[in-house]
Amino acid sequence: MAQVTIRSLNKKYDEVHAVKDVNLDIRDKEFVVLVGPSGCGKTTTLRMVAGLESITSGRILIDDTVINELPPMDRDIAMVFQNYALYPHMSVYDNMAFGLKMRKFEKPEIQKRVHEAAEILGIQEYLKRKPRQLSGGQRQRVALGRAIVRHPRVFLFDEPLSNLDAKLRVQMRVELKKLHERLGTTAIYVTHDQVEAMTLGDRVVVMRDGWVQQVGDPLELYNQPANLFVAGFIGSPAMNFASVRIAAENGSLWAVGDGIRLKIPAAMTNRLGGQAGKAVTFGIRPEDLRVANDADPAEMSIEAAVEVIERLGSEILLDVAVGPTTMVAAVEPTVTAKVHERLRLAVNPHRLHFFDTESEAAI
Amino acid sequence: MIEGARWRRWVFFHTPLTLFVVGLLFPFYWMIVTTVRPDRELYHPWNGPNYTPFWTFHPTLEHIRDLLTETLFSTWMMNTMIIATASTLISLFCGLLAGYALSRLKFPWAGTIGTGIFITYLVPQTLLFIPLADIIRNFHLGDSPWALILTYPTFLIPFCTWLMMGYFKSIPKELEECARIDGATRWKAMIYIVFPIAVPGILSAGIFAFTLSWNEFIYALVFLSSPEQKTVPVGVTSELVRGDVFYWGELMAGALLGSIPVAFVYSFFVEHYVSGITGSVKG
Repeated sequence: MAQVTIRSLNKKYDEVHAVKDVNLDIRDKEFVVLVGPSGCGKTTTLRMVAGLESITSGRILIDDTVINELPPMDRDIAMVFQNYALYPHMSVYDNMAFGLKMRKFEKPEIQKRVHEAAEILGIQEYLKRKPRQLSGGQRQRVALGRAIVRHPRVFLFDEPLSNLDAKLRVQMRVELKKLHERLGTTAIYVTHDQVEAMTLGDRVVVMRDGWVQQVGDPLELYNQPANLFVAGFIGSPAMNFASVRIAAENGSLWAVGDGIRLKIPAAMTNRLGGQAGKAVTFGIRPEDLRVANDADPAEMSIEAAVEVIERLGSEILLDVAVGPTTMVAAVEPTVTAKVHERLRLAVNPHRLHFFDTESEAAI
Repeated sequence: MIEGARWRRWVFFHTPLTLFVVGLLFPFYWMIVTTVRPDRELYHPWNGPNYTPFWTFHPTLEHIRDLLTETLFSTWMMNTMIIATASTLISLFCGLLAGYALSRLKFPWAGTIGTGIFITYLVPQTLLFIPLADIIRNFHLGDSPWALILTYPTFLIPFCTWLMMGYFKSIPKELEECARIDGATRWKAMIYIVFPIAVPGILSAGIFAFTLSWNEFIYALVFLSSPEQKTVPVGVTSELVRGDVFYWGELMAGALLGSIPVAFVYSFFVEHYVSGITGSVKG
């Protein structure tokens, strides 16, 4: 049982304001992922929760206790580091037992817990080995094992999968997910990889330049990004953007830009009504574009010239020029398009995004 | 192309390496040959008949016997051993803690202090012995082992500190952080995690410190005067060179026996020592 509460958390180094006014409520048993580009303050936030970094201002609470001044050892947390941080001079067993020994557990209890964790992670055979005799994936498991033997209140993960190769990363991601479901321990996970964030997180916190941009479950971030940054950061390939002007003509609203002339569906006119005559940023995800057929109305499609064709097997990515901007459309693998061909792309009218050009907030 | 590679190997690898090894080992060979050469061959004129400078047909141990019975050599050995061991231990202890603090703890002026310590190492001993002699006299430490046990750390501590600082920096900080989250205090993390990993570095610093104090000459020459207090380098050179008479056989026997402990220490720890110098810790 542990919930983590972060209130107005700030971290200032000499010149740099690394974490700005972060507020977060992490519920018991929840798996929360902090994601953002490097230097966004996500790792610093995690390290402040761990007690490895001093807090400039604000409070961190585990359950109802303020832990700001507690040394790391008294916070009852466990952390998994990017480089595993296994003690090179100790065997796998001793690595896993170290935390329990430091806490003066009885020997039989240590043995029981280490073997339990080793069994969960499938590393029983390696208990006598030294870390350098293990592969990257095995080391990662040992690092996880070292965290779970302690039965801590909160797990902290600092980019734990970044040093693994792509295939292993996917596999470990699934295992982490299973592990969390099995143990149910509250977890805070830091990554720069939005796919990891989307697949692992019950909730995802997107950060940028020390600010929290948006907190929400993965689909919420994907479908209703709060601003331009989140819209562009979450999703791969990234959302397409173009500058347009909102125009009111013939009783309805239009998004008009270079090469773009789209009729805004009635459902969105309320929100966009106040923007008439203003320049905004229009966004559309690659999978919400498809090659138009004759039945598609002209006001729901854009003219484009194919520049690059990327055949991925399950789909085709068309890099197309729309006026001065380049967009990506994820289309059916059966589409036969040629480079330099001009075609019409139909947009999904329910999935249009508009952002304020000044504040970058979603409209 | 293959033939070209072959002569290149000879010119750039085998030949220079051979010259290098011969050049390095020749003094030791000369030392051994001179030690076991009887006096009549040693003082044989070079243009006399049957002059054989590089080997001898009549090896003898008389110089070693003379050295051990006629001089205080065994006392000097014991003195040197005690002084070198004590000053090495003191320097290692201080260097270890100072190196850890300077590389790991955040405090104002840490960088400046680190550089400052290194600069004190650069002050030559041949200059420093003058003020130190004054201090030794004021503390009435002259002509006792303490004169050296307490002054050798003046150049050994900066050296050890600097070497350990570099080594600690090569140990990932995460190891310690992980230990501290695992339930260790900073002190325990240092004892259980950092120091065991730093063993190669500690050994290198120890070996270096031991060798430096074993071979030290200036301080030992200035601060010690009575024969029974002397260390090997000073004892051998001051007692076996009398005026213009050089007891070459005994001198070389002294040098040979005096270098055995150092050679022993080196060969014993050589593997750790090399990894300590090239320093890197892999997780």
